Amino acid sequence: MAEESDRKLVIPGDPLGEGVAGHGTFEEDGKIFSKVIGLAEQKNNLFFVIPLRGIYNPKRGDGVIGKIEDISFSKWIVDINSPYQAVLPLNEAVDEFIDLTKTDLTKYFDYGDLIFAEISTVTRAKSVQLSMKSRRCRKLRGGRIIEVTPAKVPRIIGRSGSMVEMIKDLTKTQIVVGQNGLVWVKGENEDIAAESVLYIEQKSHIQGLTDQVKAMLEKRMGRTFEAKPAKEDIFEKKEGDYDDRKTDKE
Amino acid sequence: MTEKLIKNDKRIDGRKLDELRPIEAMVGVLKKADGSAFFRLGDTMAIAGVYGPKKVHPRHAEEAEKAILRTKYNMAPFSTETRSRPGHNRRSTEISFVTRQAIEPVLFLEEFPKTAIDVHIEVLQANASSRCVGINAASLALADAGVPMRDLIASCSAGIVEGKKVLDISGKEDTEGELDLPIAYYPRKKAITLLQMDGLAKRSDVKQLIELAIKGCEKIYEKQKQALRKRYSLEEVMHEKEVKV
Repeated sequence: MAEESDRKLVIPGDPLGEGVAGHGTFEEDGKIFSKVIGLAEQKNNLFFVIPLRGIYNPKRGDGVIGKIEDISFSKWIVDINSPYQAVLPLNEAVDEFIDLTKTDLTKYFDYGDLIFAEISTVTRAKSVQLSMKSRRCRKLRGGRIIEVTPAKVPRIIGRSGSMVEMIKDLTKTQIVVGQNGLVWVKGENEDIAAESVLYIEQKSHIQGLTDQVKAMLEKRMGRTFEAKPAKEDIFEKKEGDYDDRKTDKE
Repeated sequence: MTEKLIKNDKRIDGRKLDELRPIEAMVGVLKKADGSAFFRLGDTMAIAGVYGPKKVHPRHAEEAEKAILRTKYNMAPFSTETRSRPGHNRRSTEISFVTRQAIEPVLFLEEFPKTAIDVHIEVLQANASSRCVGINAASLALADAGVPMRDLIASCSAGIVEGKKVLDISGKEDTEGELDLPIAYYPRKKAITLLQMDGLAKRSDVKQLIELAIKGCEKIYEKQKQALRKRYSLEEVMHEKEVKV
């Protein structure tokens, strides 16, 4: 079984104990139960379950990859791989002044363009608003998109970005991971990077996955990887990554 | 003179009176669905696919504060001895409806406002109790799709054949028996979410039949849990399984 010392595979309705119900759990008659299929964890008396399956439910502060679906007078409608559509208002996307009567918004983002944006608000009625003011937000040009289960994104990123940093370094590709289960990969070794992302998705419930992926990639790429001290900002731009937002189509 | 259905407390297929048909449950059988499951009770088998939560079409059907659950029960034309006309009919519409009512109480629909969860149940082979098999498959498929649930729903039938109370009606017992009583069961709450009865019985008999059916549901519930765990255990290679019928 996929059971580990502190992580246990649970299914809906499995009792977890008595305490406080975290995400993925619910309380009934003073007891905590799991409500999804996933891995149960406990911190003091807080119980929570990391789901293994499920769609993306937008959350404030998440960085997501979206596709421009529609353009209206002063905003973009973005598909964020979720049942809920997101809106990117003009003022959250562009810094400069724009005369809406004279400007065609496709100049910034056209239909089908991919962007990395942050979710700034989610209302109770599930209206989602995006923002591109953060430094890590940009337009994604070229490359390819891989779809994974949103619940498995934390595994792809790894502890403070260790997993994705390793893949980036070993395959010399650019990778952007959206919390909504979309991963953007660009570079010479796109194939290998994409493969390893899918590999992580399949084996996400295994412990020590980073080492496995590392071994696999080192073999494929014929070189070794030395872990750098964990970076604070995993989305930090490297040299050569330019800001598409300002230079595009001008 | 037709053959007797029960001889010395043995049924026509060799089962004891309170014995279920062989159970087979598999989770994750459809690649393109968000969640899927296959469930079999003897010769009755069904496959269920779950899609969603997703945007609601038509838009007027959406609800502001919760997800809507849409179930569709369908019998494949080849599922019965004589070919059944494809498409929905009065019977399948009713079963779709009771299936939805049987499953809805365990779902946290309020977590996904303005969305729809579609459940498609396809009966591949029918030999009585197909609605029960459909509900079992659907509840597994919903759990596989990651839809938040309070518990799984287990379902099976009981009935009266030649004056004897039997569990899990099959084949001839359905067409020639006196009574068929399918239930769906919410195990932790010990609640019944579906109760139908086709035939006539005394009040005390109905009570006993329900108890008998609940015992069957509990066994099915264990098998369902096993199947769901198996999907994510290490021995199994995910995404590589095929439908074995």
